[in-house]
Amino acid sequence: MATTASRPVPLGRLAVSIMRLQVNPIACAAHGLCAELLPEWIELDEWGYPLVDSQPMPQQLISHARRAAAACPVRAIVIERSGQ
Amino acid sequence: MTTPSLTTTRLLRAPRLFCADDSAPTTHVEHLRRHGPLPAVVGEHGRAAMLTTIEHSGLVGRGGAGFPLARKMRAVAAGASTGSPVVVANGCEGEPASRKDVWLLTRTPHLVLDGVELAARVVGAREAHLCVHRGSAGAGTVRRALVERGKTEGFSITVHELPPRYVASEETALVHWLNGAEAKPTFTPPRPFERGVGRRATLVNNVETLAQLALVARRGAEWFRSVGDPTEPGTLLLSVSGPPQVSQVVEVPTGTTVGAALAQVGVDLEASTGVLVGGYFGTWLRPDVAASAPLTHRGMHAAGAALGAGVVAALPATVCGVVETARVATYLAAQSAGQCGPCVNGLPAIADALRLLARGPWDESLAPALDRWLSIVPGRGACRLPDGAARFVVSGLTTFAADVADHRADRPCASSRAGAWLPLPPVQSRSAGWR
Repeated sequence: MATTASRPVPLGRLAVSIMRLQVNPIACAAHGLCAELLPEWIELDEWGYPLVDSQPMPQQLISHARRAAAACPVRAIVIERSGQ
Repeated sequence: MTTPSLTTTRLLRAPRLFCADDSAPTTHVEHLRRHGPLPAVVGEHGRAAMLTTIEHSGLVGRGGAGFPLARKMRAVAAGASTGSPVVVANGCEGEPASRKDVWLLTRTPHLVLDGVELAARVVGAREAHLCVHRGSAGAGTVRRALVERGKTEGFSITVHELPPRYVASEETALVHWLNGAEAKPTFTPPRPFERGVGRRATLVNNVETLAQLALVARRGAEWFRSVGDPTEPGTLLLSVSGPPQVSQVVEVPTGTTVGAALAQVGVDLEASTGVLVGGYFGTWLRPDVAASAPLTHRGMHAAGAALGAGVVAALPATVCGVVETARVATYLAAQSAGQCGPCVNGLPAIADALRLLARGPWDESLAPALDRWLSIVPGRGACRLPDGAARFVVSGLTTFAADVADHRADRPCASSRAGAWLPLPPVQSRSAGWR
């Protein structure tokens, strides 16, 4: 993945990455660990499948999100980074 | 299999896709006499010039998404570094109420094949695939048309028959099937234009788009734009049905209002309680809203609907809209590929609630649950089946609100429960074959 670290920050704009959480719905098998590890951002529906907030994630949640993604037995949690 | 006749309309002085003999496929000789030869696309310059023509024509995809064809082609051509690109013509027509694709394939197969060939030349593909549902009348006519045309040096078109399932016509499902797997949608990205058949950049287009392309290549951008809405020009095939007993395919200029398109073929909008636009992935509109809504992607969007695959079905007032909405919701739930939890669980829950609403006994405590399911299901599948099903149901509950109120109060609704009206194919079991 390309990194923007070495590029100069454009004037008047901060180079921040926007992180969003996505679920691969085919892989997801409703284990539910993600909602336990990241309740601020993920809740489960009545069938045990995650409902995730599609808004950009606040910085302080990103390490928790990584833990949740790593804990998923089928790796269905995708952290999407888009530069801005 | 019978296919309906296509009507040339007063809205369109000179039909474009319509052909004189409406009963048999046009032979290659007749086709060339009518349309002339397909222009050659020679070298990098020829490809660039043709792309510019397509871009200026303003042709957008006729399969539902309405994406500009030239932009898709440029993206595929740019992906040629992964190997020579592939062209896929989608003639699967998964929408049960749509018949325009089979009409094209059985009446004017050479126009579709011209479009496939031209698209392949423009994006630099040497291999193309034409996909239809197993048992489609289009398979035979296209195979015979290919024999008539003979071999083309360095280029091949193969006809494939896919399992006749609703989601098998979704583009990632086509690609998955062509790659030897089941005809089920896959998680995106990558989209087929990035990585498709054989991991190569793949152009997937509806067969009507390709037939229109064959005309653009011959007649040019100005000719194409001379009819229809200026922002989404050209003509459009619609599968129209409604009271008293109309069911046919019709070619109209884009921008024609739903009311004018229906009136043209003799549908009485006064005798209808709701118009389904787009297909079972589509939206019910109130007849007065539909009447003035122009048949363009923008126009349909403004009316709260989507053009989809060009289905326009005016429900006769004698038929109950709640029952019809429940029937289609049940069908869509059974069409799930069984891959994504929210679809596997959510669509049957929605369909069960609707069946109770339609046939009783209704339980008022289901109302908040139904509302919740309709709000949490969209956007959570690999394909858009859950989104489409939820939109369809929400629009039905809104359009037939008066009937819904009667059903909730266990009163007979205004319609006489005349029985089923919208066409539904037999439901297959979920496990019955995806190859």
